[in-house]
Amino acid sequence: MMQTEEFQPRIVAFVCNWCTYIAADAAGVARARYSPNVRLIRTMCSGRVDPQFVLGAFEKGADGVLLCGCHPRDCHYSVGNYKALRRYKLLKKMLSQMGFEDDRFRLEWISASEAEKFRKVVEDMTERVRRLGPFKPNGSSTPNGGK
Amino acid sequence: MADKPKVAFYWCASCGGCEEAVVDLAEGILDVIAAVDIVFWPVALDFKVRDVKELPDESITVSFINGAVRLSEQEEMARLLRRKSKFVIAFGSCSHMGGVPGLANLWDRASIFAWYYHDAPSVAPGNVREPREHVRVPEGTLELPAFWDTVKTLDQVIDVDYYLPGCPPTPKLLADAVGVLLRGDLPPKGSVLAGTRALCHECPLNESKPEKLLLKDIRRVHLTKVDPEKCLLAQGLLCLGPVTRGGCEALCVKGNMPCTGCFGPTDEVRDQGAKGIAYVSSILDFDEEADIERALANVPDPVGTFYRYSLPRAYLMRTRKVMPHA
Ligand code: SF4
Ligand code: FES
Repeated sequence: MMQTEEFQPRIVAFVCNWCTYIAADAAGVARARYSPNVRLIRTMCSGRVDPQFVLGAFEKGADGVLLCGCHPRDCHYSVGNYKALRRYKLLKKMLSQMGFEDDRFRLEWISASEAEKFRKVVEDMTERVRRLGPFKPNGSSTPNGGK
Repeated sequence: MADKPKVAFYWCASCGGCEEAVVDLAEGILDVIAAVDIVFWPVALDFKVRDVKELPDESITVSFINGAVRLSEQEEMARLLRRKSKFVIAFGSCSHMGGVPGLANLWDRASIFAWYYHDAPSVAPGNVREPREHVRVPEGTLELPAFWDTVKTLDQVIDVDYYLPGCPPTPKLLADAVGVLLRGDLPPKGSVLAGTRALCHECPLNESKPEKLLLKDIRRVHLTKVDPEKCLLAQGLLCLGPVTRGGCEALCVKGNMPCTGCFGPTDEVRDQGAKGIAYVSSILDFDEEADIERALANVPDPVGTFYRYSLPRAYLMRTRKVMPHA
């Protein structure tokens, strides 16, 4: 019990079936060590990730959300990743209005052959979110919640 | 007299426009008045809370409650009317989804008070006062309702039977709703008493909307000379018609103003703003980061654009660290 009481962030990663999911699988097969803080959710394309999924993940207790797709020009459905990029940009802008820390939501292009990149991104994001601490949606600075 | 159905109207955190919508029934209101007995309507009739308290439970057929719930008193009144009514209808965007007052949920009580009663330039130095819930005066104690951290929708406070959306609801929708209730052919509980499809379907400009719409430029309405014959979205104005529930008969579009989403999303959508973001991202015709950022510079206030009426319903409103004002 006297282990370090280090905060273990929960990170939800939406990963594209055709690239990052394969990279994550390869990282596993190669027995690469990376933080166990990431929960992968496989989608058919980064363009399938509705902004409702991202906001919903935060509301349900994620401390960070990672969105991964194929590199530009490599999307299996040709333009899904561009759509993901536009959503990401607009969502980011909106989240910053709500007072979000930038590091909690991140977009990365990771191809099927980039197992090492996947490992690094997961490690880096886990560390950054750990430093930010737990995410508390819709919190309050008023004692007793203003009631 | 005794057999006429009883109706009550009440307002919470709202602008008064919903009351105006009732008055806008014009001669229609006489039919309503002839058919029902109005037992409570603070804006127009001199009944007191005491009168409502004295009514037997569930003796009011329907209460129309407009406005969001921001103060303790509003919750108390909502609960009282709930107990006394067979049906409660959330009337208008504020009651339905939080409305414009709900945008205050980007902040909480402490940060709102800090700005308005301390830091705002209009506060004279040395004149710092905050509203207090109890003030002692020689005659006794004066009481003010409590101001909450979070603006709530009516259904976050009491059980709601139906919703009449809109900022404000149109007189036609109100008259239809009254008709439905009086006739007793009730839709399933929880229904939104308006259209079920997106606004574009009933918009007169829909025919001019291209099959595949892609935007090179987002334009802001106050800087744009609007062509009244052409779909506003196709002109680069962020009309939320494609992601907003219909039923208003495109009143704003007919006045050359893009839809801002006051009827809320359609039944399938949980988070209105997220849907708006998804939709704008789909029609923006750029793939390069720099181009996307340049186009999005014309959406300076995404929360106010996509959650103008529904922030209290959103998955997220603010974070633990509440931002300073301004
Ligand atoms: S986008 Fe707006 S203007 Fe165009 S058809 Fe839809 S509601 Fe009408
Ligand atoms: S298929 Fe991988 S991002 Fe579209």
